[in-house]
Amino acid sequence: MLIRPKPDLTYADITPRSVYFNRREVLRAMGIAGVGLAGGKILSSLAFPGQTALATSKLSGLVKSPFSTTEKPNSIEDVTHYNNYYEFGTDKSDPAKKSQNFRTSPWSVSVEGEVAKPRKFSMDEILKLAPLEERIYRHRCVERWSIVVPWIGFSLSTLAKLVEPTSKAQYVAFQTFFDPTQMPEAKYGGIDFPYVEGLRLDEAMHPLTMLCVGMYGETLPNQDGAPVRIVVPWKYGYKSIKSIVKIRFQQKEPPTTWNRYSSEEYGFYSNVNPAVDHPRWSQATERRLGEIFRRNTLLFNGYGDQVASLYNGMDLKKYH
Amino acid sequence: MRAILSSKWTKVAVFVFCLVPFLVLVGRTLRGQLGANPVEFLQHATGDWTLRFLIFTLSITPLRKLLRLPELIRFRRMLGLFAFFYVCLHFITYIGPDQSFSLTGMWQDIAKRRFITVGFLGFLLLIPLAVTSTAGWIRRLGGKRWQALHRAIYVAAVCGVIHYYWLVKSDVREPLFYGAIVAILLLWRLGDWLIKRGKRAPAQVAAAGIS
Ligand code: HEM
Repeated sequence: MLIRPKPDLTYADITPRSVYFNRREVLRAMGIAGVGLAGGKILSSLAFPGQTALATSKLSGLVKSPFSTTEKPNSIEDVTHYNNYYEFGTDKSDPAKKSQNFRTSPWSVSVEGEVAKPRKFSMDEILKLAPLEERIYRHRCVERWSIVVPWIGFSLSTLAKLVEPTSKAQYVAFQTFFDPTQMPEAKYGGIDFPYVEGLRLDEAMHPLTMLCVGMYGETLPNQDGAPVRIVVPWKYGYKSIKSIVKIRFQQKEPPTTWNRYSSEEYGFYSNVNPAVDHPRWSQATERRLGEIFRRNTLLFNGYGDQVASLYNGMDLKKYH
Repeated sequence: MRAILSSKWTKVAVFVFCLVPFLVLVGRTLRGQLGANPVEFLQHATGDWTLRFLIFTLSITPLRKLLRLPELIRFRRMLGLFAFFYVCLHFITYIGPDQSFSLTGMWQDIAKRRFITVGFLGFLLLIPLAVTSTAGWIRRLGGKRWQALHRAIYVAAVCGVIHYYWLVKSDVREPLFYGAIVAILLLWRLGDWLIKRGKRAPAQVAAAGIS
């Protein structure tokens, strides 16, 4: 009798269908969803302060990374219930509730532009490109809160090298998946979609820059950018683009979503810098989730030793 | 209806109603149900309730006249004082966790951040109104002057809306929602005043005011 080898685990296998508790449906059933803006918000928060369950799966064989901070990671509870993901609503609690039906399988990432070998990577291929590392990074949002997250993935440069960027490649543009039917809240976000971001080539190739497929030992929850995202720890959080479908190497600096919204407030570089204020608020301090008082924000979010040389001689105020 | 509105117990009930948001916040704080960023939760909730109570206060005069229920006036001072109560809590979340009780840090921030500047202006305007809310102060100031002073609440409400509009990142739905309500309440007063003025002899116009 022929013994068949066990088929490899695919991304679809490790992503179970979401089992979750939808607050809004319960409210609707109770017939109180019609109460006004204020009332509805209050009632729902009174009635259901609880959580939504996560639909993630374990990732095994993780390698520890020398890039990890020794700071204590935030609770997964905090990191999955306090999100900015405007496609799923603008309130920090929205993405956890409204992204649960988001379909992240099948998924592929198209890598194109100024490269010798453009190609599409399926999620299964991405998961096998390199050993998965756990990297504990600080993450600083432009809104002055910060978290410490054990991300899982590997350096983006690993993938970039496979497609062989040409000498014309100076910048890398990223694009988030967008489907208005799956993301009906997006129309209220005030920003344009699909969400786009970009890095200079040397920033993208820096070993700290991560192609991230998981966190806390599991695949990424939808609200944190499933199934694959970028993490750039020395820049404000919005540079760490979620749920990417396209990576494009190009000669010109690509447009980026928040910069297009307001170029004074959100620069292309968006390096964490306590000395360069956002026009409407100071960036000198931040609140680490879980703490009451603010702590001082560090230049390059504390990654100056590794990345400051990328910006030698550059006016960090002008190129904020 | 009017008998109910005049009852002592209705006033007690309204007082309890006004206290509910505060009690809910205390309850959630004690049970640790303020989410990932508790300070922000309290800051936003108290800011929201300040604006809502300013709106409730500003609604009394139009409702009283449109519904012909003069008794509603009994609740106006209480609603206004609750707006002040919530803005004080709101301010505490700012001066404490945000500024670590540093007065110099606070002044710098107020001078530099326009959304803080207008919010602070709104807060400052509400202080004399809270102080002079007693019957004794109405007597001391005289009805006309007292009324003129308390029109500062219009400015405070507008400050609150601008403050909110300036602080959101890109989704302006909620500030615009509150802004529209404040605009309706203020425009109603303008209309009311213009109509009254039309009915009066020109000599009285100078002395007329918006209530
Ligand atoms: C008339 C007075 C005021 C009103 C009506 C008011 C109202 C509000 C509202 C509605 C919010 C947004 C809540 C949300 O997002 O749900 C807010 C946020 C805030 N307010 Fe006020 N406020 C007032 C005065 C002040 C004062 C005096 C300060 C400090 C000096 C202040 C500081 C803040 C801060 C720091 C935030 C949060 C900003 C952020 O999250 O980025 N407010 N306020």
